[in-house]
Amino acid sequence: MSGQPLLRVRDAHRDYPRSGEPVHAVRGVSLDVTQGEYVAIVGPSGCGKSTLLNLLGAIDRPTTGSVTIGGTAVSALPDKAATRFRLTNIGFVFQRFYLLPVLTAQENVELPMAEAKVSQTERRERARELLGYVGLAARADHRPAELSGGEQQRVAIARALANRPIVLLADEPTGELDARTGADVIALFDRLNRDGMTIVVVTHDEKLAGAARRVIHMLDGRVIRDEPLLRRA
Amino acid sequence: MRFQLAALSLRRHASRTLLAVLGVAVSAAMLLDMVMLATGMRQSFASLLGRNGFTIRVSPRGTLPFDTEATIGQARDATAAIGRIAGVTAVAPVLGTTIHVLGGREPVSAFALGVDPAVQGDYQLLEGQDPAANGLVASDALLRAIGARIGDTLDVAVGFDPQLRTYTGRRRVVVSGRARFTYLSATDRAAALELASVQAMAGASRSDRVSLFMVRTAPNVDPEAARVAIERALPRVTALSTAGAVAEAEHRLSYFRQLAFILGAVSLIVGFLLVTTIVTVSVNERIGEIAIMRAIGVSRSHVVHQIVIEGIGLSLTGAAAGLILGVFTARWLNSILRGFPGLPDAIDFFLFQPNSAFRALGLLVVSGIAAGIYPAWRAASLPISATLREEAVG
Repeated sequence: MSGQPLLRVRDAHRDYPRSGEPVHAVRGVSLDVTQGEYVAIVGPSGCGKSTLLNLLGAIDRPTTGSVTIGGTAVSALPDKAATRFRLTNIGFVFQRFYLLPVLTAQENVELPMAEAKVSQTERRERARELLGYVGLAARADHRPAELSGGEQQRVAIARALANRPIVLLADEPTGELDARTGADVIALFDRLNRDGMTIVVVTHDEKLAGAARRVIHMLDGRVIRDEPLLRRA
Repeated sequence: MRFQLAALSLRRHASRTLLAVLGVAVSAAMLLDMVMLATGMRQSFASLLGRNGFTIRVSPRGTLPFDTEATIGQARDATAAIGRIAGVTAVAPVLGTTIHVLGGREPVSAFALGVDPAVQGDYQLLEGQDPAANGLVASDALLRAIGARIGDTLDVAVGFDPQLRTYTGRRRVVVSGRARFTYLSATDRAAALELASVQAMAGASRSDRVSLFMVRTAPNVDPEAARVAIERALPRVTALSTAGAVAEAEHRLSYFRQLAFILGAVSLIVGFLLVTTIVTVSVNERIGEIAIMRAIGVSRSHVVHQIVIEGIGLSLTGAAAGLILGVFTARWLNSILRGFPGLPDAIDFFLFQPNSAFRALGLLVVSGIAAGIYPAWRAASLPISATLREEAVG
């Protein structure tokens, strides 16, 4: 699959109805992301970065245009099929972690696998393996309230990887972390990408953007610059 | 994992969940009590009338048994005429009157029944024997009032002449037994004597007369057909089958059922609103979580199921607690209401009938399911990206 675009966006527009003028959050964006890329989308607040990420993740649909992920035109999928697609193909990481507070770290990681009907034995084993990967094997039985912000975000990353997604999408993953724990998350993303994971991250964090291999700059819903960072190539 | 998540979500705010369960329990208990009240009196009255197998009551035309002091004449002939009707297996004549027990500092008055001890259905002997020619069985309340025991001889009269200030129809009788009177309360002073004795003591005005016939029919005979035949054979009487008497009682107590129905419906609505409110509040608190669950691929039906399970959990737990609370409340209220003077001992206001009770509580649980569906569907249908944006801003 190397060289073939894993994510393909063609002339995507996303308008939000609002009383009076509609809001044009994304205006005619086209881009490709290939397997194994590590892409950062940057730009000022309200420029449409998160909306574009939602389109890439089949959480939202373009008003016009198309989004194709791994050969599937997700922008045309009905809700049920899009939900299933997200479950098995896309890993999400959010700024606010959003772990279920009633579940332990291990159970939070197991949740997407349970939804995907993975057997209990297999999902326990996989959850332990993922928590080990993010360095939290010893914290598996702790609930989110007993974990630091950085630890919660690492559990959220483990949860995102649970069903072996083809792409990891992250929206401001270091936005609520201090510099030290933010650096841990950046290092984890770097390791994941070195292990072959395709990553698209939306961020204001220059360090995180600097860790990516490609940076897409957005302004007013448009891509204004798309540049590879050659230092890691 | 849905059940686990639902249970954990309910435990997350344990005190709120506990209060909600208590609210549903009170609502369920009230619903249960109203159902028990609505059906209890009818069932218990029917059961009371059906005791000893008597299915028809025959009273003077246009009256209900012991509603007036009217009597039926030519009682022997009437007994024979009723006995000849197809399907009738026994006829128990009853003459009601008031007796005065003399000899103490003050005479003690009591309700007395003249019966045929061989077929009577008015009392159950607790001790001793049925009354013979000059015998009498008495209720505990009467025995206590006159300080008498089985074997004692009493001076009784059935009338009082206010001009001469003398008692009439006097006779000395022996207390032959102690009895519980089926249609009277435990506090009623009552006695039963042989019918012929009471008729003789009452004089010419009650000679060969009775207040009532209780009629027993064969099990395979429709009492209604026998009732019609009795009225045809004896034009001066009104015959009332047990079903007819229950219908008449229902008519007279219809306001009880209406009240019970209204209060039961209110309980159901309160339970429904309570579960809806709690589940809605709980869902609103978790809008962000639910949006994230949807974003990572948890299906809409999973979200709906989990929230509906929470509603079912609240309703089921509340209904189970309400069952216990309702039964105890009903017993307590029943004991208060049965204390009203003049009510037969065997009458219950609240009667627990498993089928009715479980139907009512089932209705409450179904309403709990319905109560969870709206907030669940609303939560699962939220646009994911817009919700996440709002949560991020919030």
